[in-house]
Amino acid sequence: MAVYKKTYRPYDGGLTSSWTRFLVIPRYAFEDLHRSRFLTTFFIASFIYPLICALIIYVQHNVSALNLVGVPGANRLIAINVTFFMSLLGWQSMLALFLASFIGPGQVSPDLANNALSLYLARPFSRLEYVLGKLSVLMILMSLMTWVPGLLLFSLQGYLEGWSWVADNARLAFGLFVGAWIWIVVLALLALALSAWVKWKPVAGALMFGVFFVAAGFGAAVNGVQRTRWGHLLNISHLIGNIWLHLFEGDAHTTNGAVFFRVAQGEELPLWCCWTALAVLCLVCLYMLARKIRGVEVVR
Amino acid sequence: MDPVIELDGLEVRFGERVILDRLNAALTGRSIGLLGPNGAGKSTLINTLLGFHKPAAGTARIFGRDIRTHAREVRSLVGYMPENDAFIAGMSGVRFVRLMAELAGLPREHALERAHEAFFYVGLGEVRYRALGTYSLGMKQAAKLAQAIAHGPKLLFLDEPTNGLDPPARVRMIQLIQEIRDRGDLHLILSSHLLRDVEECCDEVLILKDGKVAAFCNLEEERRANRRFLEIETRGGAGVPSGPECFLEAMEKLGCETAPGAPGRVKLILPDGLEVRCLYQVAAEQNVQIRRLSHKRDSLEDIFLKAMETANGRL
Repeated sequence: MAVYKKTYRPYDGGLTSSWTRFLVIPRYAFEDLHRSRFLTTFFIASFIYPLICALIIYVQHNVSALNLVGVPGANRLIAINVTFFMSLLGWQSMLALFLASFIGPGQVSPDLANNALSLYLARPFSRLEYVLGKLSVLMILMSLMTWVPGLLLFSLQGYLEGWSWVADNARLAFGLFVGAWIWIVVLALLALALSAWVKWKPVAGALMFGVFFVAAGFGAAVNGVQRTRWGHLLNISHLIGNIWLHLFEGDAHTTNGAVFFRVAQGEELPLWCCWTALAVLCLVCLYMLARKIRGVEVVR
Repeated sequence: MDPVIELDGLEVRFGERVILDRLNAALTGRSIGLLGPNGAGKSTLINTLLGFHKPAAGTARIFGRDIRTHAREVRSLVGYMPENDAFIAGMSGVRFVRLMAELAGLPREHALERAHEAFFYVGLGEVRYRALGTYSLGMKQAAKLAQAIAHGPKLLFLDEPTNGLDPPARVRMIQLIQEIRDRGDLHLILSSHLLRDVEECCDEVLILKDGKVAAFCNLEEERRANRRFLEIETRGGAGVPSGPECFLEAMEKLGCETAPGAPGRVKLILPDGLEVRCLYQVAAEQNVQIRRLSHKRDSLEDIFLKAMETANGRL
């Protein structure tokens, strides 16, 4: 019907599948994010490091190229090993933290500030789907920054090095994938929870950094005063670093972990403590979201 | 007729406070008004039907679907226009309505088409690409109505739709609601504390007070019944064997229900088939003059005030 006819008519067309409906939220969010030049530039710039890594891998396997430029021994300068992939994950994960701090606060707070949640939830659309939709915005973007380039580089290296290298280093791929997802889940939940509780976007963004850096500083102070290492329980990057070390290398560590996520020798926490601390953090975030994501706020 | 909404001992509590107290009703009308003073529980009832609050006891059914067990199905049948401002500030009007239609399950092309249609329908066609945050209050109300109808619901909840509107905007909103009602494609639940809005738009009214059903009436039937309801003022007849008392007795013999009021005033309901001129005949026989006769119509205001009266007669 032509819109100028200005009449109401019932809808009798088909409906979309209900289990994919939460994907409407990321689609609209990406359209909005694409309008921000800063975010688009930042997102594109985040692929510079993986591109350099790809170049390094390529050059490593092209001795003729090295000979051509007159540096035949250069392929031994940078080894494609656990340190190489952990550094990649560390860099990319730090960029993901910045991205989550820029994007996360704008996810839930505008809906809460403008009472839009009642409109979302008055439809055949649950609170869980709403949270999943909002989480997926962050998860998709952070995945593209972390484990996706990581696994692509792993595949490139495997392709150039041969199947035996892939078989010998399968743990690296597992570490990249699982390690990145742990970081992504923690960041996404934290960003959404803070966005739900702090309606002012800049403050929510600043709080994201606060949770990571101020809490880490406080933890270090506790360690210094109490001469203990349990203060690291407040340092999320230390907890993640511990888990990454285990994922990439098992119990026999040969490195101090990824850049920005280093775990000094003797400062390690028991693995179960790290998992428990992260699980508690995630549960707190979920509780915060459950309290705030409601059709109407009840004042008792 | 199958009820649109059935309230079956519905009770809602916020902590220890009882907000809705075992409501029982079967609403069947095409457009149903929810009336009550502020804090009576109108919005809570709507929010409970939408699944925002869990009932502490009892349940409700919308088109036969239980709100406890079929919440998603229920929400796929309804459109909701909330009382407060509810929008996404940075979004253009048409994009907002399209998003809401897509969340209701419409494919994106249909959602876009319906969003444009809904915007033209509510009279915002020219401003549909403007950010919602820049809309005036009246425009925001219209945009809320657009998002509520864009996906073609079977039941439309309108919570105080004329709140804050100036007289022309209010008239326009009421006209829109009447138009939607008269098309007969959907049922309306109009919650308001403004009697006029409900009287103009609804054919059935549920009046709430302190979370309880204070009255439930079919306005159409009420209006029809009121056509036989008279109030008369009489003079004379006192001190003679046939006087006002005999006049009342004679009327009752003819099948009228009578209620004497202040001296000389009588309220009565004529039975079907009895004409008004019979009153004058009986009055003449009883030596009583009828000085004034008016068709007393019980307005919604009367019904509301009666419902609001407490046992001791105070409001």
